[in-house]
Amino acid sequence: MTKSTQKHTTGWLMAFPALMFVAVFSLYPAMDSFLLSLYSDFPGPERSFAGFGHYAELLQDPVAHQAFIVTLGFVLLSTTLELLLGTGIALVVHERFRGLGWVRAAVLIPWAIPTVVAAQMWRFLLNDQYGAVNAILFGDRVEAYVPWLADPWMAFGAIVLADVWKTSSFAGLLVLAGLQLIPEETHDAARVDGATAWQRFRHITLPMLKPALLTALLFRTIDAFRVFDLVFVMTQGGPGDATQVIQFYGYKTLFTEGRVGYGTTISVTVFVAMAILSLFYVRTVGSKLLQREPA
Amino acid sequence: MTNRPVLLGGILLAVLGSLCPFLWFVLTSFKSQINVEAIPPTWWPDGRLVFYASALIEHRFLHYVRNSAIVAGGTTVIALAVATPAAYALARLRLPGKTWILGGLLCVAMFPPIVIAGPVWQILERLGGLNTHWGLILPYVSLTLPLAVWILTTFFHELPVELEEAARIDGCTTWQALYKIMLPLAAPGLFTAAILTFIYAWNEFFFALLILTDPERQTLPVGIALFQGEFITPWGELAAASVVATLPLIVIVLLFQRGIIDGLSAGAVKG
Repeated sequence: MTKSTQKHTTGWLMAFPALMFVAVFSLYPAMDSFLLSLYSDFPGPERSFAGFGHYAELLQDPVAHQAFIVTLGFVLLSTTLELLLGTGIALVVHERFRGLGWVRAAVLIPWAIPTVVAAQMWRFLLNDQYGAVNAILFGDRVEAYVPWLADPWMAFGAIVLADVWKTSSFAGLLVLAGLQLIPEETHDAARVDGATAWQRFRHITLPMLKPALLTALLFRTIDAFRVFDLVFVMTQGGPGDATQVIQFYGYKTLFTEGRVGYGTTISVTVFVAMAILSLFYVRTVGSKLLQREPA
Repeated sequence: MTNRPVLLGGILLAVLGSLCPFLWFVLTSFKSQINVEAIPPTWWPDGRLVFYASALIEHRFLHYVRNSAIVAGGTTVIALAVATPAAYALARLRLPGKTWILGGLLCVAMFPPIVIAGPVWQILERLGGLNTHWGLILPYVSLTLPLAVWILTTFFHELPVELEEAARIDGCTTWQALYKIMLPLAAPGLFTAAILTFIYAWNEFFFALLILTDPERQTLPVGIALFQGEFITPWGELAAASVVATLPLIVIVLLFQRGIIDGLSAGAVKG
């Protein structure tokens, strides 16, 4: 055995357990989901090959359409707000001031809190009787209190609000990493030339921040697609189907109704939508990272 | 942004916006029942610990804390033990197709949980892993590996190659070079990866909900999500349980804020 093949063997041995884990608990299940989606719903002797029948059903299913629209609306609205707020947070914690460490820690706390806790917290804040939001808005005028989560649009807004509160700081961190790559001198030079703070932000910071903003947008988009915890705790998809996101619909079909074939069809469809996004991510941002690999 | 008042306003907004909603829950946890059900709400608690006693003892939340500690601790140890050699191989050794492996891991990290949930459930059913802690730890390890491998690969990259070469010349094997030379140097990276893995496993809800149906085995997020009173939601107990579930995370953030920020951006921007 030559020295270099020996090194190959050691390398593969070192990577093997990690690859095994990912293969057994992520790759195989994803492929198996696709296979299951081609068979009739209930396991057992009557199980038969259904081809793309479930996919045809999905095209006709108004509840699924609604779920896709709700999910898409949620993704677009929450990621936009998170990027805006995240950029604001990043600009603040990029400055140097006394107590910066404390401010950074404070901003990270919503990110660290379990999503389930954040969801219960917002459910309580928005409670129609004991909620702080009603108290702040209407004070003693109890008759004006709003049952926020009982209204389709308000409930949707509440899910977005909870997600924005929880994850803006994560978007902010990714933007911050981008800010730190911009050399100080560029700003100093512009300042000498008499550029205002807004001009410097608009013409220096923003263009140089583009890759970081794109990364944050993609990370948040992909994550927002999987929203589940907030919906499970805050609304259970209701009222009506107003907050029924696709992941929640898939969960109900797969695990509550036990429709394996149709449930996996829903999940595979989500997956395909995500795969397109992931490829986009790897192509635009990932390729740049991988180029820096040493040969 | 050199404008002081603007900066101050930004700081205030960011800090208050981040903390106030949760602070309200913290205040609630120290109230008494009458206090919680006051309409309009009373702002300041009367300083009781009734809800903590009730949540931890009557509703047995200490049980959930223990389950979460086992699952999150186990996941962290196994994920790091598996991710470290893999990251070292990816960063340092000539592994054919390693850019594909790194890219593939990134893709896997993006899978929506629902896509793998059904088959994972079936695998665990066959292995007898449903309603066991190890049955939850196995998928958690797989789900946290991509991030851990990315963070550690980044860290190994930044370490000087010369040290290992010297060790090789002195007759160290690849494994010895990793464990004797690289690991101590990469300790900050290992620590960051460990913290992020722990937080993930402590907070995860979706798989925990599917795999653990026995209340004896359930983790904190499941306990909190399914927490029901007989007639109305017991907000006080829920707030107390939430504070208990969040406290370890707040301590971690306060102590290791720097490492967390570096680690999260390592996977993304710095490469």
